[in-house]
Amino acid sequence: MKQDRTETWVAGHLALTLLAVDPRGLGGMHLRARASPVRRAFLDLAPEALQPFLRLPPTLDEAALFGGVDIAQSLAAGRIVLQQGLLSRPGTRCLTMAERLPRGRAAQLAQVLDAGSDEAVLLLDEGIEDEAAPEALTDRLAFRVDLDGVRALDIAELALAPDEIAAARARLSDVDCPDDALVALAVTAARAGVASLRAPLLALYAARAHAALNRRNRLENEDLTTAVALVLAPRATELPEEDESAEPPPEEQPPDDDSPPPEDSGDPMALPEDMLIEAMRAALPEGALQALQARNTAKTARGTGAGARKRGNRRGRPLPSQPGRPSSDTRLDLIATLRAAAPWQKSRRAAEPGRSGLILRREDFRVKVYEERSDRLVIFLVDASGSAAMARLAEAKGAVERLLGDAYASRDHVALVAFRGAGAQLLLPPTRSLVQAKRALGGLPGGGGTPLAAGLTAAADLAESGRAQGMTPALALLTDGRANIGFAGPGRAEAEADATRVAARIARLGLPGLVLDTNTRPKSALSDLARRMGAAYLPLPRADAGAISRSVADALGG
Amino acid sequence: MKHVFPFSAIVGQEQMKQAMILTAVDPGIGGVLVFGDRGTGKSTAVRALAALLPPIRAVMGSATNAESLEDVADWDRMAGQEITERPTPVVDLPLGATEDRVVGALDIERAITHGEKAFEPGLLARANRGYLYIDEVNLLEDHIVDLLLDVAQSGENLIEREGLSVRHDARFVLVGSGNPEEGELRPQLLDRFGLSVEVRSPSDIEERIEVIRRRAAYEANPAAFTEKWQEADAEIRAAILAGRAALPGVEAGAAALRDCAELCLALGSDGLRGELTLLRTARAQAAFEGASEVTRAHLRGVAPMALSHRLRRDPLDEAGSSARVMRLLDDVLA
Repeated sequence: MKQDRTETWVAGHLALTLLAVDPRGLGGMHLRARASPVRRAFLDLAPEALQPFLRLPPTLDEAALFGGVDIAQSLAAGRIVLQQGLLSRPGTRCLTMAERLPRGRAAQLAQVLDAGSDEAVLLLDEGIEDEAAPEALTDRLAFRVDLDGVRALDIAELALAPDEIAAARARLSDVDCPDDALVALAVTAARAGVASLRAPLLALYAARAHAALNRRNRLENEDLTTAVALVLAPRATELPEEDESAEPPPEEQPPDDDSPPPEDSGDPMALPEDMLIEAMRAALPEGALQALQARNTAKTARGTGAGARKRGNRRGRPLPSQPGRPSSDTRLDLIATLRAAAPWQKSRRAAEPGRSGLILRREDFRVKVYEERSDRLVIFLVDASGSAAMARLAEAKGAVERLLGDAYASRDHVALVAFRGAGAQLLLPPTRSLVQAKRALGGLPGGGGTPLAAGLTAAADLAESGRAQGMTPALALLTDGRANIGFAGPGRAEAEADATRVAARIARLGLPGLVLDTNTRPKSALSDLARRMGAAYLPLPRADAGAISRSVADALGG
Repeated sequence: MKHVFPFSAIVGQEQMKQAMILTAVDPGIGGVLVFGDRGTGKSTAVRALAALLPPIRAVMGSATNAESLEDVADWDRMAGQEITERPTPVVDLPLGATEDRVVGALDIERAITHGEKAFEPGLLARANRGYLYIDEVNLLEDHIVDLLLDVAQSGENLIEREGLSVRHDARFVLVGSGNPEEGELRPQLLDRFGLSVEVRSPSDIEERIEVIRRRAAYEANPAAFTEKWQEADAEIRAAILAGRAALPGVEAGAAALRDCAELCLALGSDGLRGELTLLRTARAQAAFEGASEVTRAHLRGVAPMALSHRLRRDPLDEAGSSARVMRLLDDVLA
């Protein structure tokens, strides 16, 4: 039930050692830790078989990774010189700052992993809170180790002779993996709510590597429990039932992943599974269930994080390069320049026989031209307070989904902030995904006071961060009431003063905005607020989802 | 030779397998979109299908897999005179691919060394008469998507740039896969895929175990595993070939046409592509089964995959679009 920090350390090292034994089968490790002496010590102690580490920062371009034309060399040599990509070199691929790895690159690396690679991948994930490395990669790596909270004094020296690992590698193919071990791992994974089918297979390989390391030719229970603790436990999305008896565990299955519980009283498999479940429980630290649930709710609120971080902006659509002079605000398109110069080389060389190398003239220069088009971010700020909250929220949700459904071709990102009671809550971070929106908006409480200032602040913050990512934010406020909770607490006067101040801040941001008044009778207070925000005001007494999305699209210039 | 995971050994995912087989029977159906969870064998299935298909006959060395000497493009210097067999091409379009690499561009090497203006074919040329596979298609850059749309529709790749003026055949089956949680696909591109299927992680424990069991067996000894499934693969291949031969003779009566039109009308799908694809897919299904005429059973079997991605989105309808198609099927074909 517990796992102290030294245990984390030891388990992490065991994982590294197994990885050294079978890099092809296990793929690699997702290591969550800040860049710290602890992380460095952890990596320094990695088995020699994993060395050297090839550091690959997320900004590396494709040619550097996968190989391509070496422009400088090509120019000098007068012929195409190909450069070898970093991935053609031996060594553990060490992806630093993996939480910032672009998804496209992650997909390419995943392809490399799928093709089978003898080099392990280490994802060094420095993400805080919800930031995390792309799932396309983490799903393919066997281990996940979190060094959070491990301090320098928890570090233990662990040493394993290099020849031990070599011997284990040689023994690997001889290890017999009986079918019932595979079944037990698959069942355990399903019971722990691990959806991916890669996980049980990775666990099997981990068990195999562990057996090989311990000079065994057959998997034993110890190998399986270790594999469960190292591979399956970190992926568990729910804890198997506490009871250990043969009581059927019906409610533990998630609705989308339910498998008929593998429960037959005479089932010979029951024993190892129970043991494995027990191992899983032991590997999960105290309070893990709460943490799991917290993580899951965080996930619903944030989805995969794809919307927010994925790409604030395209650099613009590339247009054909144009002749021109490179300067500080234009970029030379080297390839296009070469192409323009190439056909003339023969004749130019004839004219200047003494010159070697490429002969470039001014008219050959081509510069890159992009058509900037920035994504729009429509922020819905919804008043979830008071009695009519539920209806309004439902319609706002409908409007969000409709906007996404209709208008995603026009590159709209949508976000939704609700405010009620004590403060504001970001229900849907900026996203273009309808699926994510639906998931985030299911089940949302309403009622309570109206902390308008808090809501406006949250929206303004969101708009600023959206703008920092290169999006063009717009704001739509849906409310029927007046502020009655300020920053300090309840009190109508303070609340309104606070709201007025924040409204001025929003006006300074210069957002296109819209205030939708859902009262049966328009309120002058709200049109004042709209004026202070520099937003349009629209009374919409019986707002339904269609009307809201239409008027938002119209008012914000569709 | 590298052994590819056999098509027949893929557990479950019947819809996906059916859709892929149908595009092999009639490549004119126009591509498959596979959307779904991670680790459900999307990429495995595409590669397995290509390995399953019989080799195509093409001019030796031809960059566009030209079928006959007349089809060889005039810029194609590598093409020989003989006709040889080569496996059905499956070309991966990586996410980061540049426009140059996709459509082809000026051959810089020749330009620099010989001072010649020559065309270097891109991925679209290589995919001609085969499959173009895009993993994570929903994350593909927009301008590449636009480009693919054009070519996929016209079956011809036209390059007008850098003083080059080149055109070549580019008829391929577009196979795209992706995870909808990471971003949606633009409706224009969605519509261009003939069929769309959703895949899920299997929920049955026995099925899950079987998936893992087969994968483990395959990875332990690919050669032996492929050998074991050879016969089953050969059966599918034979059925596909028989289906291709039978396809022109499959009748689609007035009743079937009416059913198609009524279904699409009831669904409110945009344009006529829905009807056309539905009919075409139903004919391919009939041909694959060895039937001589399209029946309602065929329509019923293929309607969800041919139509579900053509619906007007109703974000407030919680049921998936396949479920909506099924509901309508029961109404219209009652």
